[in-house]
Amino acid sequence: MNTKKTNALDNLKRIIFENKVIFMFVILCLACIIIADTSVAYIVGEVFTRFGRNTCLVLALIIPCFAGLGMNFGIVVGAIAAQVSVFWIVHWGFTGITGMLLCVLMSTPIAIFFGWLLGLLYNKTKGAEMIAGLVLGFFADGVYRLYTLYIIGGVIPFDDPNLLDRGFGLRNAFDLTGNLKYSIDDISFLTVCIILGAIMIVMGLVNMLHNKKVGTQTNGKKNLTNMVMGAVLVAFGFAGRMIPMVNLLFGGTRLIFTDVALFGGIALVVFAVVKIIVKRKKGETGIGSMIALAIGGIALTAGTGIGPVRDIYQSIKISACTYGIIVLFCMFNNWMTNTRLGQNMRTVGQSRAVATSAGINVDKTRIIATCISTVLAAWGQLVFLQNLGTFNTVQQQTNVGLYAIAAILVGGATVQKASNKHAVIGVILFHTLFVVAPLAATKIVGDSAISEYIRMFISYGVIAVSLAMHAWKTAGGPKDKGKVEPDAKHKAVAMPAGNAKV
Amino acid sequence: MEANYVLKMSNISKEYFGNKVLKDAQLKVKPGEIHALMGENGAGKSTLMNILFGMPVIHSTGGFEGTIEFDGKEVNIDNPQKAMELGIGMVHQEFMLIPGFTVVENIKLGREITNPTIASSLFGPSMEKLDKPAMAADARKALDTIGLNIGEQEMVGGMPVGYMQFIEIAREIDKTGMKLLIFDEPTAVLTETEAQRLLETMQLIASKGIAIVFITHRIDEVIQVTNSMTILRDGYFVDYLETKDTTAAKIAGLMVGREVEKLVDDVEDDSRSIKEDNVMLRLKDYYVDMPGEKVNGVNLEVRRGEILGIGGLAGQGKVGIPNGILGLYKSEGTVEFEGEVIDTTKLGAALMKHIAFVSEDRRGVGLLLEESIQNNITFTAMQIDNKFLKKFGPIRLFDEKAARAHAEDMIKQLDIRCTGPDQYAGRLSGGNQQKVCLARAITMNPKLLIVSEPTRGIDIGAKKLVLELLAKMNREQGMTIIMVSSELNELRSLCDRIAIVSDGKLTGIFPPDASDEEYGMAMSGVKEGGKE
Repeated sequence: MNTKKTNALDNLKRIIFENKVIFMFVILCLACIIIADTSVAYIVGEVFTRFGRNTCLVLALIIPCFAGLGMNFGIVVGAIAAQVSVFWIVHWGFTGITGMLLCVLMSTPIAIFFGWLLGLLYNKTKGAEMIAGLVLGFFADGVYRLYTLYIIGGVIPFDDPNLLDRGFGLRNAFDLTGNLKYSIDDISFLTVCIILGAIMIVMGLVNMLHNKKVGTQTNGKKNLTNMVMGAVLVAFGFAGRMIPMVNLLFGGTRLIFTDVALFGGIALVVFAVVKIIVKRKKGETGIGSMIALAIGGIALTAGTGIGPVRDIYQSIKISACTYGIIVLFCMFNNWMTNTRLGQNMRTVGQSRAVATSAGINVDKTRIIATCISTVLAAWGQLVFLQNLGTFNTVQQQTNVGLYAIAAILVGGATVQKASNKHAVIGVILFHTLFVVAPLAATKIVGDSAISEYIRMFISYGVIAVSLAMHAWKTAGGPKDKGKVEPDAKHKAVAMPAGNAKV
Repeated sequence: MEANYVLKMSNISKEYFGNKVLKDAQLKVKPGEIHALMGENGAGKSTLMNILFGMPVIHSTGGFEGTIEFDGKEVNIDNPQKAMELGIGMVHQEFMLIPGFTVVENIKLGREITNPTIASSLFGPSMEKLDKPAMAADARKALDTIGLNIGEQEMVGGMPVGYMQFIEIAREIDKTGMKLLIFDEPTAVLTETEAQRLLETMQLIASKGIAIVFITHRIDEVIQVTNSMTILRDGYFVDYLETKDTTAAKIAGLMVGREVEKLVDDVEDDSRSIKEDNVMLRLKDYYVDMPGEKVNGVNLEVRRGEILGIGGLAGQGKVGIPNGILGLYKSEGTVEFEGEVIDTTKLGAALMKHIAFVSEDRRGVGLLLEESIQNNITFTAMQIDNKFLKKFGPIRLFDEKAARAHAEDMIKQLDIRCTGPDQYAGRLSGGNQQKVCLARAITMNPKLLIVSEPTRGIDIGAKKLVLELLAKMNREQGMTIIMVSSELNELRSLCDRIAIVSDGKLTGIFPPDASDEEYGMAMSGVKEGGKE
């Protein structure tokens, strides 16, 4: 009995220790919220907006981390690729979602080229990729500034009084209002359903044709259900527009979180119950997580009925498409791990020597990882810019790597290990801190000029602290192994009991 | 001819930069047998296996001479992939495993089972999806074959070494068409029970028709499991024996046996009086955690005025002993010097007691390569004894003149071939670097001098000079010396007593004129009790 209790205590201690970075920042956030003393609704609303804006950029960090490149400070070049394409698309006069899609089309090859260069650099600086990426980021920043301030108009003939200041050099502030602003955010939930459903149907058809050609039949059933689900989504999208009630709730440019909570909560409960029933039927164990999910769903729904919570819900506006893109980014990262390439990346990340001996082209794998990261960063920056609406032409990209890396580290990632979970938790915590810390500081100092300084201080501080805390974790390791032979002897007793007799 | 062999390597010669490491070596292995490849360190075992595996190191240094026949056909193996395709597998001495991966992922590393997807049709096979259940099933089958009861989804990191060795084996077995499996000193890192099970597993694999080349120096294991053996010595093929026709003593003799050449002339009149009870250094229940050179409980006494040799094969722990005393690696147990206990956890504690150490890692630990010879010779003494410093009020300044004079003196005494005391140590040849290391040790006026592998990588002339210098310091200045060396020959020509270390433990202390068999047995860990 007693031992069980201590075990539970040990477990709790272990969980806290393993997630100490997260816990520390949760405490820090709470402290700042208390000091700042602003409305929770404001903070939550702000954090949700920032979540939609920043998460894609943070998710771009995961794949290089996988491949053992550490935190890719070089995503700055991806952001530059995005910004370069934004100028030209705006200059050519494209607007809305067309303009955005053209931006994606234009920025992708640029990002791949930049990523390839970055990958070459990383291969030359194995073991020091982070510092190389950081410095390269500064360098690319300089080149980009030269481009925006002089080359455009100065070298490349360019005539656009809306963009240029004095014949050459772009204007300091780049306004996207009326062309690209909210081009992704404004896509309604119903449209997203239609697009997603259409993609699923097309994918399913292509998959079927492909399977026929290759001759595999493994995923036939799954494929069919996917197509059916796609059809349902499309039908819902179109039908929803016809029904005024549904159109009101889901047809607007933003979703109000109250509605999301209500329907999402119910959906969660239904999903969990179905899963539990299926699992029971199959006689599988492990329904704990499903029960937790159901409880979460109930809580979410119940929130809509409670006054203060409802107020908070009401202040959160979600853009369906942006959040959908975040989910797609996460899915892409997961899917990557299940491919041969992903497995190769992991191998390379763990040990280059072993990877080489297993016939994996280490350098090529690392370059591919860097390219993917740069492309995702470019797309992430596009999502960011269209949400921001107006940006600083010359230096918007400067801190992209810094903020993204700080965020993912707060989420509990380490230089060796990062996942979607770390990115999501990290963005929420880091941006909560980003919102409340300047408020708290202003409250204490009484001067609002301090807020920008506080933000830089937080970002660098966060990176330093989380790296140090991670080092603390690993420093504990060798100590246990330090004991010499006696320990190894004990281990020997635990040899497998299987017998090798024929 | 008489019997059919799965592998036949004949007349294999190989040289590295003019240094012949294999001379007309040969190796014949029958299908389904366990064949031992034996020899001391440097006998050419690894080179022979590298040739068989088509390792880049062979082909980037000019290839080799001789022929390899595999399965009756002459083959040209010029890269490891080719060897693998032929069905040659290797269980490495250092594990080629990834700790952060599960057992399955490690077994299927680089050979993942995948299904094609749309993405793979577009972007090539690297986008194929992993078929995890199929991979797990394959891994399970391989694990079951060797009788290893571990979950295939467990992480490899943190598993005992024994498991890792078996996972390596499972990986090789999982490869299809495996015909020949090489085990490179597989039992070196295992405990006795683990080693026993490994041997059983080897027999099991052999019974399925896969031939095994078993590289080892443990004679008892060879007697236990092998059918036949090849013995190499100094790159030469010595003998091919059927295990049933031979004895442990005979094998030991063949492995070590060679005439003891006189490296040091014993012209010096030996006026020393070494007393058994005049102990200078005493190791009690002494453990060192040096990777690859673990010391597992050694009790040893060093008498004042003697030259004590510590011998043994590489990786058995002889190098760990001095490194532990100097505090370079973590150690346990007591180290008593002239009756006082040395705190080995403190780096420099031994130096303060005037124990000088010439490291086997000359270029790493021994020298500051980008510093002058003069600085290299003087800096330890300056640190420990405040030598070469002059007082200037409250501060001490470097005494360039004294240091220069001393360095020049040393260069003359030890015949260090250089352009002058200002030459960088990194530019010297191996032998001269070694002399600089010795000069630094002598400058400290040590009571006890420990030299580790003093002649490694230096030519025969310099070797003789170094050994003579050691003898001279011992005879003339009464300096006590511990000499750690892999070259038994060298120890036998210089030392008063020779301690042999195997598996981190002392297996015996012998006089220099003990027989080859005795040394051979002690080195392969067969304990017969040390006698003097």
